[in-house]
Amino acid sequence: MTQVQAPVLVGTDLRAGARRGPRRRRGDLLVHVALIVLMVVWAVPAVALLVSSFRPTQQLTSSGWWTAIFPPYEFTFSNYEHVLGQAGLGNAFLNSLVITIPATIIVISVAAFASYAFAWMSFPGRQILFVVIVGLLVVPLQVTLIPVLRLFRDATFFGQSLTGTFLAVWLAHTGYGLPFAVYLLRNYFGGLPREVFESAAIDGASPGTAFFRLALPMSVPAIASLVIFQFLWVWNDLLVALVYLGPRPQNHPVSVTLANLTTSQGGDWNFLTAAAFISMALPIVVFLALQRYFVRGITGGAVKG
Amino acid sequence: MDRLISSVLVVLAVPAVLVGYVLTIEAFAGRLPRSVGDRIRPWLWLLPAFAFVLVFLIYPMIATILRSLYGSAEGKFVGAENYVHFFTSSQTLAALGNNILWLVFLTGLTVGIGLIVAVLVDRVRYESVVKTVIFLPMAISFVAAGVIWRFMYELNPSVGTLNAVVVALGGQPVPWLINAPLNTFMLIVVGVWMQAGFAMVILSAGLKGISTELLEAARVDGANERQVFRSIMLPLLMPTIAVITTTIVIIALKTFDIVYTMTNGNFDTEVIANRMYKELFNYGQPGQASATAVILLVAVVPVMLFNIRRFQQQEAIR
Repeated sequence: MTQVQAPVLVGTDLRAGARRGPRRRRGDLLVHVALIVLMVVWAVPAVALLVSSFRPTQQLTSSGWWTAIFPPYEFTFSNYEHVLGQAGLGNAFLNSLVITIPATIIVISVAAFASYAFAWMSFPGRQILFVVIVGLLVVPLQVTLIPVLRLFRDATFFGQSLTGTFLAVWLAHTGYGLPFAVYLLRNYFGGLPREVFESAAIDGASPGTAFFRLALPMSVPAIASLVIFQFLWVWNDLLVALVYLGPRPQNHPVSVTLANLTTSQGGDWNFLTAAAFISMALPIVVFLALQRYFVRGITGGAVKG
Repeated sequence: MDRLISSVLVVLAVPAVLVGYVLTIEAFAGRLPRSVGDRIRPWLWLLPAFAFVLVFLIYPMIATILRSLYGSAEGKFVGAENYVHFFTSSQTLAALGNNILWLVFLTGLTVGIGLIVAVLVDRVRYESVVKTVIFLPMAISFVAAGVIWRFMYELNPSVGTLNAVVVALGGQPVPWLINAPLNTFMLIVVGVWMQAGFAMVILSAGLKGISTELLEAARVDGANERQVFRSIMLPLLMPTIAVITTTIVIIALKTFDIVYTMTNGNFDTEVIANRMYKELFNYGQPGQASATAVILLVAVVPVMLFNIRRFQQQEAIR
């Protein structure tokens, strides 16, 4: 149940970033009106949430959020104080970091070696095996839940069952994220100039040297977009955490805590709005800061295959 | 504190172990005769990734298919009974019906809006602002989007924005999330809000790849904007549209979080993925849950084959 579905873009027709100079035609009034209406429609839900999260309880239920953007201003941080402390969202935020960062690092380091082998080593079955990876890109996680749950129940790590542990979630996210990671990196590695690797081999560089000294440094953009994808997927994931982390609230990441708050306190909008905003803050910052790489990743043709 | 230490440990140790592993392989392969080393090296490089894929994807897929032939108790073989249940129970069929609504409307609206925005945005100076606004919902979770939209749909017109608009226009507040089938459409709106930016960004990139000369030539020859769109842009964008469509189709089929957060499948909004979750955790029916998951898998197979074919065509011209 990945948040941003891995797009399988293998067309050559997509030349991202190949801006052909400005092609501005005189935008007529209708175009401006349509775009501005659209922007407002898109922004209002999020703005409503943000404004409401700073409003005191009584005001929130008695008057609309749109009244709060005009004076007299009555804003408060108490909703945030409540959800971060009492409602356990502060702890959940930490859990989300603890889950997301390792899951991102593991998947990329595992995928990098495999992708390099797929791109620059020849072995029988290379094409077929990679086709399997392409096929796995769209497999619904649901198909794997029951056996993997069982596996975690039966497997032990230092005498402790894996069910309900962070280790289980790290491993599961790595497994689920690998097809896309291998797909993206292999296409990028494969697009690097052949001559570079050939001349390195002639100069006596081993595949290990070529990988660490040439392929990796040349692939920073692809790795960056992979980092963003995996980070957003894992941070925003609900299903994997819900299923493998079990019912202990101390272990829950923000997505699960927020979902539970929603079902248990459906009407407490002052807390829900603040909690939702806390869950969104980090992904939005990451996204805005690294938007360029993100776009390059999803227009994947840029990662030219 | 424990969890912090262990996660820092993992972040440092896993890459270190993997690098160590590859360096060991290289040292080892370097000592073998070259032909032998070259033959085994790729497999050793692939090994960690294969292990993960095997344990977390391939093996569970096969195990789930087998499990779907057994009853709620582990050892009781029931043949196709779970599948018969899926296609005869009114609840699962309703979930299937809702998934079809998701499939048609999420895909249609997302691609349609994405295309319109991509074309329009190309003509204004504030292109990047529009794009960022439409694109931003992609960064947040379905759960957060669910909360945002539940707030929009709130029945109380002094809380819920949508009902405030309805009341201002002289109507009665509408229970958006309770009346079926309206509620499923309201949930689909959330999906569109989140995914349209994705379609827009890809289509916009595709649009910028169309040669300016071609478009200008058509305009000079007297084609109006609609004709340019219909006869030049649309056909050239078709492969891109196909790719986006398949991606959204997959999202529609796997829909889970939005429904889980906003209605939990109540009021006839259930979809297959939520049905499967309930069968597994609420009703203790792993056999039925497995069959439901397999049906979901079968539903994605056409997309899987489409992707594979595209990939092979792409490789052929590489």
